[in-house]
Amino acid sequence: MKAAANSSLARRGTAVSVALLLAFLAAWQWGPGVLGIPIFIIPPLSSVFEEFLRMLAVSGLATHTGITAAEVIAGFLLGSLLGAFFGYVLGMSPTAEFALSPYILALQIAPKVAFAPLFILWMGFTVYPKILVAVLIVFFPVMVNVLTAIRTVDPDMINLARAFTATRAQIFWKIEFPASLPPLFAGLRIASTLAVVGVVVGELVGGNLGLGYLLAFGEGQANTAMVFVAIVMLTVVGGIAYLAVILVEQRVLHYLPRRALRGV
Amino acid sequence: MSGVVRLEYRNVTMRFMATSGKGLAAVAEVSFAVRDGEVVALIGPSGCGKSTLLNIGSGLYTPSEGEALVDGERVQGPNRHVAFMLQKDLLLPWRTVLENVMFGVEIQRLPLPERRRRALGLLENFNLAEFAGHYPHQLSGGMRQRVALARTLAVDPSVLLLDEPFSAVDAQTRMVLQRELAQSLKRAGKTALLITHDLLEAVTLSDRVLVMSRRPGRIIDEIRVELPQRDDPIARREAPRVNDYVARLMDRLDISHSAGAPA
Repeated sequence: MKAAANSSLARRGTAVSVALLLAFLAAWQWGPGVLGIPIFIIPPLSSVFEEFLRMLAVSGLATHTGITAAEVIAGFLLGSLLGAFFGYVLGMSPTAEFALSPYILALQIAPKVAFAPLFILWMGFTVYPKILVAVLIVFFPVMVNVLTAIRTVDPDMINLARAFTATRAQIFWKIEFPASLPPLFAGLRIASTLAVVGVVVGELVGGNLGLGYLLAFGEGQANTAMVFVAIVMLTVVGGIAYLAVILVEQRVLHYLPRRALRGV
Repeated sequence: MSGVVRLEYRNVTMRFMATSGKGLAAVAEVSFAVRDGEVVALIGPSGCGKSTLLNIGSGLYTPSEGEALVDGERVQGPNRHVAFMLQKDLLLPWRTVLENVMFGVEIQRLPLPERRRRALGLLENFNLAEFAGHYPHQLSGGMRQRVALARTLAVDPSVLLLDEPFSAVDAQTRMVLQRELAQSLKRAGKTALLITHDLLEAVTLSDRVLVMSRRPGRIIDEIRVELPQRDDPIARREAPRVNDYVARLMDRLDISHSAGAPA
C-alpha cells in the first residue's frame, strides 16, 4: 500500500515536472518576442538551438565540451581522493587535526576560485591550472564530511570491537571506513557540481579551450546565443557528473533504507 | 556448576581524573568472584560504577588499584575470554544479520567456515535463521538485541559481561529476551555478570545478586537467590519468595527513603 502510494506520487510528480519543462521552453521561445525583449538580451530557444548546431559544425563545440568534461573528471577524482585521504588521516589523528586546523580553516575561508589567475601564471594556458582549481574547490567538502564521519563513530562501537581484540587496522576497515561512506557520498555529490565551477572559472581566466573559453568568447562577440549554449552544455556536464555519483552511491550504500537514498 | 572461578575482582579501585584535577573514585575496593556457570547480577544506584567494573573486566580500562582475573589470568587488555553486550545493540547497519553475528569471530580471525557454522547455529537457536540476509534496519528492537546476543555468544567467551542488555526494549519483549538469555546461558553453561536496574530481572535471572553503594561504589550486600529454574525467569516470577528478595534489595538500595518516594 505504501509502495502504491509512492508510485502514484512519482507519477503525479513526473507529470508536473514535464509540464513545467514544456512551459519553461515555450516561455523561452515566445516570451521574449511577446515582451519585446531584444534578441541580444534573451535569444529565443530556436536561435539558441541554431547556434548550438552551428557551434557543433564550425566551433568545435564537441571538442571544447570534451576538454571541459575531462578537466572536471580529473579535478573531481584528484580532489576527492585527496580530500578523503586527509579526512581519514585527520579523523584518526587528533594531534594532526589540532595542528593543521587553523590552516585548513584559512584555506577553506579563502575563495578558492581566486587562485585561478595564480595557477595560470604558474602553469600557463594548459589544462592543469583548471584541474587544480577544481581540485582545490572539491577538496574541502569531501574532507570535512569524512573527518566529521570518523569523529562521530559511536565510541561504544569501537569499544565493542576492541573488546573483541580488534587491531587499529581492523577498527578502521570494519567500522570507521564503512561508517564514513554515507557522509563521503554526500560530500562527493557536492563535489561533483563544485568541480564544474572550478574548471569554468579556470577556463574563463585564461586559455583558448573548454566551455569556459566559449563563454568568454561569446561574451566578447556579443553572441548571447553562444553564451546560452555554453551554459546549457556546462549544466549537462555537471548533471552527468552528479548522476554518476548517485549511481555509484546507490550500489555502494545499497543497505540503507530506500527513502534515505531517494531525493536530490 | 563446578567450583572453578571464572571471573574475579580483587580489591579493585578505579579513580578518574575530574575536571578539577582531583581524582574521583568511581569504585572502591571491590572484591568478588563468579564461579563457572554462575550468573551474578550487579545492582546499584546510577553512577555507582557498575559499568566501570564491566569495562575493567573486559580489559578496556586498567584499574587504579587491584586487579581483575578471568580464567585465573590477570586481565591486561581486551582478550578472548570475555565478551560484552550493552543496552545499545551496536549492530553495523551495512552488515546483514549473519555478517553482524560473525563480527566478533571475524575480528578474532577464525576460519570462514567455522564463523558461518557458529553464526548459523546461533541464529537457528534464536529463531532468526530466516532473517540471516536481512539488514538491521529491517528488524524490530527485540530482534536486533537477539542478534547482538548471538554475536556475543559466537566468540564462545568464558565470561559474558552484560550491561543492562534489555533496558531499551518494551516490557513484553524484555521478558521473552530474558528467557532466551537464561536458556542460552544454561545451554552453553556460560558464566555471566549482569548489570541491571531492574530488581526483578536481577532476581529472576541470577544465582546471586550483588548490591553496590552510591559512588564510590562498594559491594554492600550479597544475596543468594535460592529459587529453582534459573533457565526460566518467567516461571521464577511466580515464585512467592521473589517478592521477599525484591523487598530486601529495595531496602538495601534505600529506595523507599529516597527523596520523592512515598514514605
